This record gives sequence, structure tokens and C-alpha cells, in this order.
Amino acid sequence: MTIYSRVAGALAVTGLMASALIEPALAGDQLTIVSWGAVYQQVLHKYVFEPFTRTTGIKVTEAVYSGEIAKLRAMVESKTVSWDVVDAGSNAWMMCDQGLLETIDWKKLGLDRAKFGDAGRFDCGVPGQFNSTIVYYDKKLPTSPKTIADVFDTKKIPGKRGLWKNPYPNLEWALIADGVPIKDVYKVLSTPEGVDRAFKRLDTIKNDVIWWTAGAQSKQLLADGQVVMTASWTSKEADKQFGTMWDAAQSGAPSYWTIPKGSPHLEEAYKFLAFAGSPQPQADLTREMPYGPANKDAMALVDPEVLPTLPNTPEHDAVALHMDQPFWIENGDELRQRFTAWLAK
Amino acid sequence: MATVAVQVAGGSDGIPLRLKLQRVEHRRTLGAFTLVLPVVLFVLIAFVWPIGRMMFNAIHDDTLLTLMPRTTSALSAWDGKDLPNEGAYAALVEDLKQSWAQKTTGVIAKRINYELPGAGGQLTFSARKVSTVSAGSYKAALIEVNPLWGQHDIWSVLKRGHSAYTGYYLLRSIDYQYGAEGQIVASPPQNAIFRDVFLRTFGISLGVTAATLLLGFPVAYLLATLPARTSNLLMIMVVLPFWTSALVRTAAWGVLLQDHGVINDVLIGLHIISRPAELIFNRVGTVVAMTHIQLPFTLLPIYSVMKTISPSYVRAARSLGAGPFYAFWKVYFPQTLPGVAAGCLLTFILCLGYYITPALVGGPADQMVSYFVAHYTNEDLNWGMASALGAILLAATLLLYYVYNKLVGVDRLKMG
Repeated sequence: MTIYSRVAGALAVTGLMASALIEPALAGDQLTIVSWGAVYQQVLHKYVFEPFTRTTGIKVTEAVYSGEIAKLRAMVESKTVSWDVVDAGSNAWMMCDQGLLETIDWKKLGLDRAKFGDAGRFDCGVPGQFNSTIVYYDKKLPTSPKTIADVFDTKKIPGKRGLWKNPYPNLEWALIADGVPIKDVYKVLSTPEGVDRAFKRLDTIKNDVIWWTAGAQSKQLLADGQVVMTASWTSKEADKQFGTMWDAAQSGAPSYWTIPKGSPHLEEAYKFLAFAGSPQPQADLTREMPYGPANKDAMALVDPEVLPTLPNTPEHDAVALHMDQPFWIENGDELRQRFTAWLAK
Repeated sequence: MATVAVQVAGGSDGIPLRLKLQRVEHRRTLGAFTLVLPVVLFVLIAFVWPIGRMMFNAIHDDTLLTLMPRTTSALSAWDGKDLPNEGAYAALVEDLKQSWAQKTTGVIAKRINYELPGAGGQLTFSARKVSTVSAGSYKAALIEVNPLWGQHDIWSVLKRGHSAYTGYYLLRSIDYQYGAEGQIVASPPQNAIFRDVFLRTFGISLGVTAATLLLGFPVAYLLATLPARTSNLLMIMVVLPFWTSALVRTAAWGVLLQDHGVINDVLIGLHIISRPAELIFNRVGTVVAMTHIQLPFTLLPIYSVMKTISPSYVRAARSLGAGPFYAFWKVYFPQTLPGVAAGCLLTFILCLGYYITPALVGGPADQMVSYFVAHYTNEDLNWGMASALGAILLAATLLLYYVYNKLVGVDRLKMG
């Protein structure tokens, strides 16, 4: 950690000298926003970044990352933050917990925190979109999966399954497949016996799982016929191409627009957060991306035709598995360690 | 002659020739050194220093020392038998309050979680509640907030935090850890993976090295003995993939090996198999793709050594009555050994560090040490573990190189 901070520190000095020369020209009208790339970022560009620049005159420089907290940590620790706004996914809580993000002052934002429901309780960011981890399957399957238990039943539906190489939602799904009601999942998972039970259930399909790490990879596996079904994030293309199963779809973890601690453009970043959290851009996004707006006011502005494909409709919400963030903050380290070891065996 | 020269030189300006010669030599050494200085500096700055610094991370961790200064110093006097005294609890309350205010609780909790899985969460919980604890009996109050503080093992961890140096990461890397009393015990079976991972790394590397040798040796022989025109053409076919990025070649293997890929489709089409064979996301895929990528590294040194072997030796052996195999085995093969050794060593050492190929065409049980280094660096943010695993891999590689040098002798290596 210190090695990076020192190297980065040395670079920062050079950077500072350089920026001192350029700064006056750029000051105040520049914002570096980091998101996840691919189609998602193109859609963000069209419906969020461009309108934001049009409304405020603040130029947006885009960058791409793949959720690496390490990069952010190195920047914050060496005080050379070059990212002003970060689109944080389920890693947002970890970043916040590690003190890498600014605490958001909602009064300054001018947004109504209550409009975001439970998602708005997070201290370090403004909720963007909900995207669920659902199960896509090959439409040609003789029996299509109806429940999460089917995903764990290789007798009923033989063939490989694609799962996200991550403890969540796999541990929760394993318990649900093992007969635990969705509402009790986290209660069971917080006992050592519950954790054992989840890993035992995962053991039963261990040889039939192909683990993926990037969203595009999961859809590729399914399109190639390497797997017969796969957990994945919702996307418009996949919705057309594959069958969808919403049972126990993992939701409740929206993406968050966050500000790294020490961002040099705090004022502009706040302006962006206020814009990105407002109903119109959140609703506009859904035209090309089946992600649910976190701002409840945005739901009224969504095209009724795309509404059924969104993760946070009442029908989908009723069967969804709501990710318990505090549970994962508390137990994430331990379960992740065990999951990594379990995978490697 | 020399005596005369010395006398003559000594006579002209009073400086003995020996000194003059020394000066010239000295200047020449200095000149040579200046020429290599940029490379030496480069290697020091870009290679030796970062690696040394990284290895230092494996034993250096001052998280608890800097973030919980009062507790760790209060515990330095603790004998480690019963629970610590009231003073330590008071120090803990102060440290927790401060960490909560400065938002460093997460970092402390993460560090604690390494050694006591789950205790980090309880520590965070306590830090949140600690403002309600007022003066009086801190000990009873804290244990009331969370029973964690009545347990012995958490205090052992905190006491060890008093030193900025820890053996924890290195121990974990070989499946040991500290027990509740600070003694060294084996890791619980659900976390003990690293000995397997190291063995797997060496096993796969050895397997790939053997495979490249078996495949590469005959090709090298063919290339070295064919007429120049044909062998040049063949050489291009060997070298062309060598110039292609390993990532691209690995991805290509993905296309070939998958369930509905070229190989399975052809085998099914020929009715050799009825269901797709599992060729990818397992050991088969890993070894096949790595062998393909490493083949030129083994082949080229062997080839260049073979080129230097005069055909007249084998001819002489044959004319003296040796059979074709005997002549090859007793006369030709021993002369190729420096090339075989160089090629195999190169491939073996490169294999030890493989990351991208197992990650793309291997399954979770085929991941090698580098995968875990990357995992701990990027996903778990446990840089101590990443450094420890890297340090052990580096040390093992150097040790192997040393043994190899003793057995074979590096000076006998030939790249051509």
C-alpha cells in the first residue's frame, strides 16, 4: 500500500506542477466521471452526461474502470485523486466503509432523500439504477428453469450453469434452493450452520458451474452453448435473445454515484450527482437499458412498454431477493475468504 | 623487457608505470561502468526496488499500530494470560471513538477479519455503540456492548498489532496461522488452500515443461537437419505464433476447445464421441493452451544448439558400428543437453507466473499462485497476502534456480 502511495506521491508532485500550469484554463468546467464502460456507458453518455453538459456547461471527461477499489484506494491514500465521480456498484458500501468516499450532504444536493426509499440510506452516494442479477436460459431447453431450485437441480435440467464468481448472490441462492424461504435467508446465513448449509448445497453443483467475472462473459457463454443457463445482469439484448427467470432475482443494490474523498472538483461533482439523481435522466436511461430508476418519481416518466423489463416493478419485486447490505458489510470479508478457498479446492 | 620499461617510464616524469597502468585500468573500468549505469539504474528502480518493497509488505503491517495506538501500547505490558486490565479497555474505548470519528473503523475491521474472521463486524458494531460507554467500568460496559471483548483471541491479535512486523501473511501463505494464545497452528481446513495452490503451480509448470519438451524436441531436430529452404519455412510457422499475444492465443483456444467448438464438433461429426468432451475450464484446457504458448520457448534454444552440432559426429559413430538409435542416444543427444536445459528452465520459470491463461481457459481448481496474487491485490485489497504469496513464489523460483545451477551449471546453458 505504501509503495503505491509513494510512487503515486512522486507522480503527484509532477502532476501538480503540470496542473498548476494548465489549471487556470480548465478550472471549474471539467469533471472526470468513471463508469463501467461497454454499452452501459454509451447509454449513460447519451442520456446523462450529454444532457448534464448541456444544462450546466460543465464538460465531462469519461473514464472506465471495472470496479477495482485498489485503484481508488491508491489515489485517495496518495491524495492524487483524478476521478471526480465514480459509478460504484455493489462495491460502494466497501468503498464508503474504507473511508474512500465523500459523505454526501443531501441538503446541498437539493434532492429529496425519501424519494429513494431504502437505497437512499447510504451515506456516500446518490442511487442511480437498480439492476438485478437474474437467470437467463437457453430458449431451446426442453424444461426451462422456473425457480432458483431448478438452477441447483442438475437432474431436472442437465448441463453447465454460469454463475458470478462472487459469494453473493450464490450463497443466498443456495439456501433458497435448499428450501429456506427468501425472507429468512439472511437469518440462516448469519449462523455458522447456515453458511455450512449454503456451501454444502453449492457443492452439489460445483462440477456443473462455469464461473464468470464480467457481465458480457456470462452472455457469451450462454450464446456459445457452453452453459444452458446463467446468472447475469439484465440487458436489452439478452432479454430478446434468451429466456428470463426472475425468481429470487437479486436486487436491492443499486449503483451509486459517488465522489472520491479529495476530489478537486467537489462543487461540480455535487451538481452532477444532483442531476444524475433527478427523475428525467433516470427515466430516459431505461429507453435503452433495462435498469430500474432509483428515484421513485422517475417511474412515472418511464415508457409503459419497457416497464415490465425493469427489475423494480411490483411483480419482480415480489419474488426478488433483496440484498441485505449491512449483512454483507459485516460478514463480507469472512464469507469472501471462505468462498475463495472453496472455489480453489 | 618490463623492467626496462618501468625504469624508462619511471625516469621520465617520476610516476612508476605500475601506477600509470593502474590509473588507465581504473579509468577503463569507470568508463565501462558509466556505459552500463543506465541499465543498472533502470533495473534497480524498476525491478529491484519495487520487488523488494513489495516483499517488505509481506512482513510489514502497521494498521493496528497507527490506527489503534492507545490500545496496542496499553497491551504491550499485558502478560497474555487473563483478560487485560481496565486500562486497556479504556484505551480501546478511546481508539474506537477516534476511529469512528475518522472513518477508519472499516480498515481496522478488515485487518482484524484476516486473523479472526467475523470479529471485524463485531468491532464495527462496538465502535458504533462506543459513544454510549461512559467512564466507570469500561471493561464490563464493553463486554456488555459486545461479548467479543470478553474473549481472549481478539486481545492477542491487538497485542500482536503493537509490532509493525507480522508473520501472519507468510504463515497464511503456507496454511498456518496464530492461535488464540499467539502460538502457531494449522489453518482450519476450509481456509487451507495455499499449499495445494503452490503444489498445483509447480505441478502444472512441470507438466507443461515436459509436454513442450516432448513436442518441441523432434520439431527442433527436424528444423536443424532439413535443408535451409524447407527449414526456414517451417521456422516461420514456429515463430509466427511466438509473435502473437498470449492473450489472443488463449482466447483462440477458447473457441477451439469449447463444448460446441471446432474440436468437439469435428469429433462428434466423425462419430468418435457422442457428447462433447469437456476440454475447457478444466486442467486439460489449461495445460493445452499453456503448452502451445510455451512451445517456442523450449524449442528455440534446443534448435539453436542442434544447429551447432556437426553431423560428422553421428556419421563417425555409425561408421564405427553404432546402430541409428545408439548413435543418436550416445552421441547426438548428450550434445543437445545445454539447449534442452535452457529451454526447459525458461519454460518452467515462465509457467510459474502464468495468470491470464488459467484464468481464461481453466476452472477455479486450476488457478495458480499469480491468480491469488491478483485476487488479493484487486478484489480483496489484502496487499499483505498478495505480497507474501509473491515473495514465496519468488523465493521458491530463486531456490530452484540455485539448485539447477548446482546440478547443471548455468554456464552450460546455451541459447544458441
